[in-house]
Amino acid sequence: MSAIAENPVNPYLRMDRMPSIWCPGCGIGTSVNCFARALTQAKLDLKKTSIVSGIGCTGRVSGYLNLDSFHTTHGRAIPFATGLKLANPELNVIVYSGEGDLVAIGGNHLIHAARRNIDMLVICVNNFTYGMTGGQVSPTSPGGATFTTAPFGQFEEPFSLPYLVDSCGATYVARWTTFHVRQLTKSIREAMGKTGFRFIEVISPCPTLYQRRNKLGDGLDAMKFYKEKSVLKNGADTRELRIDFQSEITVGTFVDRQRPHWLQAMNTRFKEVFGDKYTPHPEGPVAVAKAGKGAEEAAN
Amino acid sequence: MPADPSGVLTGQHYLDGNHAACEGALAAGCRFASGYPITPSTEIVERMASRFPLMGGMFIQMEDEIAASITLQGAVWGGKKAITVTSGPGFSLMMEHIGLAAMTETPCVFMNVQRGGPSTGLPTLPAQSDMMQARWGSHGDYRLIALSPDSPQECFDLAVEAFNLSEQWRVPVMMMMDECVGHMTERVVIPPADQIHVVERRWTKKKPGDYQMYEVGPDLVPDMVKAGDGHHIYVTGLTHNEKGYPAMNVAAQDKLVRRLSDKITKNADKICRFDEDQIEGAEVVVVSYGITSRVARRGVEMARAKGVKVGMLRLIVVWPFPEKRIAEIAPKVKGFVVPELNLGQMVQEVERAANGQTRTVLVGHAGGEVHDPEVIAEAIIKAAKVSNARNA
Repeated sequence: MSAIAENPVNPYLRMDRMPSIWCPGCGIGTSVNCFARALTQAKLDLKKTSIVSGIGCTGRVSGYLNLDSFHTTHGRAIPFATGLKLANPELNVIVYSGEGDLVAIGGNHLIHAARRNIDMLVICVNNFTYGMTGGQVSPTSPGGATFTTAPFGQFEEPFSLPYLVDSCGATYVARWTTFHVRQLTKSIREAMGKTGFRFIEVISPCPTLYQRRNKLGDGLDAMKFYKEKSVLKNGADTRELRIDFQSEITVGTFVDRQRPHWLQAMNTRFKEVFGDKYTPHPEGPVAVAKAGKGAEEAAN
Repeated sequence: MPADPSGVLTGQHYLDGNHAACEGALAAGCRFASGYPITPSTEIVERMASRFPLMGGMFIQMEDEIAASITLQGAVWGGKKAITVTSGPGFSLMMEHIGLAAMTETPCVFMNVQRGGPSTGLPTLPAQSDMMQARWGSHGDYRLIALSPDSPQECFDLAVEAFNLSEQWRVPVMMMMDECVGHMTERVVIPPADQIHVVERRWTKKKPGDYQMYEVGPDLVPDMVKAGDGHHIYVTGLTHNEKGYPAMNVAAQDKLVRRLSDKITKNADKICRFDEDQIEGAEVVVVSYGITSRVARRGVEMARAKGVKVGMLRLIVVWPFPEKRIAEIAPKVKGFVVPELNLGQMVQEVERAANGQTRTVLVGHAGGEVHDPEVIAEAIIKAAKVSNARNA
């Protein structure tokens, strides 16, 4: 039995909940694999790492990760995570959800958390549709594509997520597709080492609904498309990142900056006002020296 | 255990109910509040925003009540005692998260300083018209606890009690105030910290691996952990098993939802609280709560002056409703008189518990002011004149 090497990400997953609910060819599992690999490499204390999801296909991610997992209500992962983080600033708090959850029903919380610069990493899997409810139009659905609730083609303007969160003040903004597994893993790891409101968009195929309904083939076809049509532009102006139907997809790290996050700003303000009478709250996790279990295997 | 002195403003004060409620929360150990401004409740979070910085607490004004009502639950799982405060329209927005707190058994406190409704209604004027919403507002079957203070002193006392009950039974607790109680200023005595009883969270003593999130003992309430304790917990609003894992089948649903209900209904005798006055030998009993009980007292005195034997039962814990006590009293009286600042909410509970053994009379009021005590007195006198309750 010892001849069979265990996948280095297994300790980071709740293996007793496998198989997952995700369809063959879906990109969410790929993103989770990247996330788990990033965890193996990042210097995070996994005991002090919480993952929060909302509702939907990507909303199930929190429940497959062997961390403190919170599966909240639709759209409200960010405000839940805000309370969790502020109550215990020593936690690493990661929000992992889909674009329907985070940007449609949860859009108000997304922009305000970015504005406040709450110290959390948000991973947003964008598959352009509501998968769990059967393929409805979403706030990133590109014009012309069809959905069960836009059967004659989407005619609204989609959100460009990097542009949206950049304009609200996010400290780190990146976009990758599920074809870019190494880059995505590296980006998640990099973002885990930073502070403030960090946002990574993961463009991901939904073969069962978005791909099929729009005659775009299966998951493999999506990978081929991402490979051909993705353009790497680190530092690109976020105003130029819109995604149209089957258009080029600009990927890369677009924003990487520092500004005081909410807890730092509060502590600074109250120290100015109250002086020594004020006992500052902790501002972040206690750094751990060594990478998590499995780091070496994953790095090889 | 005694209260943490850092949150206790011991002494005699002249406070309104909103400020007193804030002090009660602080005395109970609340150190996190997420709010959104809404009349007539805002003074509570305003006071928290100014009191918290020097006692290790934290306040955040969220972007809406939907956010406020889940941010506090994140804070609870982060280890804090937490509160949010609102009024009618905000309370409506919070309903989904009251259900989440019930389902995940997250101890937390919601204060609702009630105003006239529906919709925007009467923002600055009182009502008691969210009483059924507090009980039934979120979808699905669940039970919770609601309290109704009748004075600034009781706003303090019951705020402490609200936190204690939420921790003991792991339910969201609704503190159902109203604009009058919230803005009425009276003497409030805050005892020394060591004389305030505070219930701590039911922290598990089990180690990671041995602990099951929703394993319960005889009182049907599970012990708790927080994020970062190494248990790798799984908290979900989906129907779940003892481990906390989603279990979407009929058996798991029956087991979980029945327990969420049973932990309140089977322990109702321990949770229910009410004041009684001259029930023994009474012809008529007035059942009231909150500000209306103070107006009703005047009505009762007027009726007594005219020779009517009238008792009073004042609900302090409103949910669970003391149906056993009402059922005991019902066959002995000619009627219950139920004044409330709505067009008939808790009266339905009185009538249900009385179960046809006597008459139940509503003295309704659409809200905006308190009752005229004369109207309540007249209803009492009229009820006492009925010779045969059941055939009336």
